[in-house]
Amino acid sequence: MTPRPSLGLRARLSSAFALLCVVTAAAVAGGIYVQARTAILQRTQDAAVQAMTSRLQTLYPLRNPAPGPAELGEIAGAVTDQYSSAVALYREAHSPVGPPPGRWRPGGNVAFLDPGLIPAGLRRAVAEGEIAWQRVVWRGEPILIIGTPLLITEPDRTTRASGIEVYLARDLSPEQHSIDGLAARAWLTGGAALAFAVVLASLATRGVLRPVRELGRAARLLGEGELRTRIEVRGSDELAEVARTFNDTAAELERHVRQLREMEADARRFVADVSHELRTPLAALAAVADVLDEEAAGLPEPAGRAARLVSQETLSLTVLVNDLIEISRFDSGVAALALNEVDVAELVRATLRARGWSQQVRTELPDAVTARLDPRRVDVILANLVGNALRHGEPPVSVRLRADSHRITLEVRDHGPGLDEAVLPHVFERFYKASAARARSEGSGLGLAIARENARLHRGDLTVANAPEGGAVFTLRLPRRAHDPDGGSE
Amino acid sequence: MKLGGVSRVLLIEDDPAVREGLELALSRHGHGVRAVESGEQGLERLRTDLPDVVVLDLMLPGMDGFEVCRRIRAAGEVPIIMLTARGDDIDVVAGLEAGADDYVVKPVRPRVLEARIRAVLRRIGREQAELERHGELTIDRAALVVSRRGVPVGLAPTELRLLLELSGTPGRVHSRQQLLESVWEHDYFGDSRLVDACVQRLRAKIEDDSAAPVYVQTVRGFGYRFGPV
Repeated sequence: MTPRPSLGLRARLSSAFALLCVVTAAAVAGGIYVQARTAILQRTQDAAVQAMTSRLQTLYPLRNPAPGPAELGEIAGAVTDQYSSAVALYREAHSPVGPPPGRWRPGGNVAFLDPGLIPAGLRRAVAEGEIAWQRVVWRGEPILIIGTPLLITEPDRTTRASGIEVYLARDLSPEQHSIDGLAARAWLTGGAALAFAVVLASLATRGVLRPVRELGRAARLLGEGELRTRIEVRGSDELAEVARTFNDTAAELERHVRQLREMEADARRFVADVSHELRTPLAALAAVADVLDEEAAGLPEPAGRAARLVSQETLSLTVLVNDLIEISRFDSGVAALALNEVDVAELVRATLRARGWSQQVRTELPDAVTARLDPRRVDVILANLVGNALRHGEPPVSVRLRADSHRITLEVRDHGPGLDEAVLPHVFERFYKASAARARSEGSGLGLAIARENARLHRGDLTVANAPEGGAVFTLRLPRRAHDPDGGSE
Repeated sequence: MKLGGVSRVLLIEDDPAVREGLELALSRHGHGVRAVESGEQGLERLRTDLPDVVVLDLMLPGMDGFEVCRRIRAAGEVPIIMLTARGDDIDVVAGLEAGADDYVVKPVRPRVLEARIRAVLRRIGREQAELERHGELTIDRAALVVSRRGVPVGLAPTELRLLLELSGTPGRVHSRQQLLESVWEHDYFGDSRLVDACVQRLRAKIEDDSAAPVYVQTVRGFGYRFGPV
C-alpha cells in the first residue's frame, strides 16, 4: 500500500524542522558551554595560582634550607585557606596531613591533600622548577592540584631551587556546579527549542496541508462532476495562487460544460420542434395515403406506381417522425411507465400474434411468469428485436423467456452469420448504419435506440452478442418489479 | 347510434389539410362526414346534425378541445374519439377525464381511425335476459338501460359496454389488456389509461363513493372486477 502523500509531506516537514532546530541548538549551546567552561576553569586556576604564589611570598626568606615536617607544616599552613589544603614536600619529608591549626574553618569541602594523590607527571614538572597544575577527580569531586617549587634567592640575586615543593589542592566543586548548571540549561534550552520546533512544524504543515487537502477534495468533487466546486482563497501566498488558479479553471470548465449542455439541449429541442412541426402536414398526407394506395390499382401507369410510392414513403416518413418524437421524449425525460401486472409469456405471444409472426418464430415461454411492466413498451422492444431478426438474420428465429425471483430475461436469437464485431458496440446508436450500402427502407434507424431507452426506463438493460454457434443474440433483462415512482396504475 | 348503414361523423379539426384529408378518407369508407374547424361550430352542428360519433382534435383555436369534449359529454352520450399529438401524455389523460371514449395519435392512418369509429359504434348485443339486480343497481341487458335506485343512469356507450362486460361475470378479475380487447377492440398493447379513465367516469355515475367503490372494484396490480355485491 502506498502511504498517503499528505502524511509524507507532514513527516518530511516536521523532521526537517526538528533536525534544523536540534543542530542549531546543539551548535549554539555546545559552543557556549565549551567556551564558558574553559573560561570558568581558567579563571579559577589563574586565581588559585596567583593566591598561592602571593602567599608563598610571605614565607621568604626561608630560614632553613632543609626543613623538617614542622616547618613544612608551617609552609603548607601559609597557603591553605577555606577552599583548599596544601602539603609541602622536601625530599622524603612532608607536612602533616590533616586540618591545619589556626586558619582552618570547617564548612568548605576540602580534600586533605595526601602526597600519594599527586600525579607523578605533576611532580616531575615541579621538580624541574616549574609551576604546574593538573585537574584530578578525587572521590568523585573535581579538584585542581597546583604544585610549585620554592626558590632560594642567593645574595648574588640568582635563584636556585630549594628542593621544597608545595602542592595545593583546590576544590573545584563550586565551578563544577556552575558548569553543570550551564550544561543543564543548555539541555533545557535545546529541549525547549525542539518542542517549539515540533509545534512550529506542525503549525506550518497544517498551514500547508489544509489548503492542499482542500484542493485535493475540491479536485475530486470536480472530477465527480460537481462543477460548482470552489475553494476559499486565504492570504496571498503560493498556495492561495494555486487555489485561485483552481477556481478559475473550475469556472472555465463549468462555463464550457454549461455551453455544451445548452447546445445539446438546443439541438435536441430543435429535433423535437421539427418533428412536431412535421406532424401536421404529415397528418394530412397520411390521411390521403390510404386513398392513394387503394386507388393505385385503378390508375394508369406510371400514375399508379407514383401513387403507391407516395403512399409507401408517407408511411416511412410517419414512422420516422413518430420515432423522432418518441426519442425526444426520452431525451427530455418526460417518458413515463404505465405499469401493469402481466403474464410475460402471454405478452410475447400477443406481440407475435399482432404482427403475424407466430408461425415464423420459435418460442420457449414458461407459463406463470408474471412481471410488473409497461406492456406497450415491452411490445415495442420485442417487435423491434424480432423484426430485425426476421429481416437480417437467418431462420429459425427464437424467443426464449427465463426468470428468477428478481428479473426476467428475454433472448431473441437468429441463426444467421451474426453481427460484425466492429458493429456490435454501435448497434444501439441512433441512425447507426452498419454499412453505407445498407438500404434505407429498413426502418427509421432509431428502432434499437428506442428499444434500449425503453429497457432502461424499466431500469433494465438490452445487450447484444454473437452466439458461439453463430447468430446474433439480443438479451433483454427487466426487473420483475420495475421501479414505480407514483404507485402506477392501480 | 347508427346501425348498419351510413354513420354520421362530426369532425372538428382546425388544420384545413388534415380536415380535408380525413374527410376524404372517411367518406370513402362510407361515413357521412361533417367537417368543421372550431369547437363552437362543432357544438352547433352537434345540435342540428345529431352525429353518431365525434372526432375531435384537442388543439383548437378559441375554445379548446377539452372544453368542447366536456360540453359534448354534458349534452349527451355521443361517442368521442380524440385526435392527439404523440407524446402529449397529459393531453391524453385530460381528454379521457373530459369524457372522451378513445383516442388516436396524429399522424393517423384513416384505416386505424375507421376501425376505432367502428368499434365505438358497434352494436351492443341485446340479449333476452331477466333484469339483473346487483345491490341498488339494475341492469337491463335487453333494453340496455342501467338504473340506480330505480332512476336510469346516463352512460356513454363505452361506459355501458365496460359495465356490461364486467357485470357479465361478477367476481371475476378482468385485466386491463382483456378489457381493452373486449370493450375497445384494441390489441393487447392498447393504452391501459383508457380503461382507468373510463372506470373513473363509470364509478362517478354508479357508485355512492368513488373512493370506496362497491360495484367496480380495483384488484391492485391485476385489473378490475364487478362486485361481489
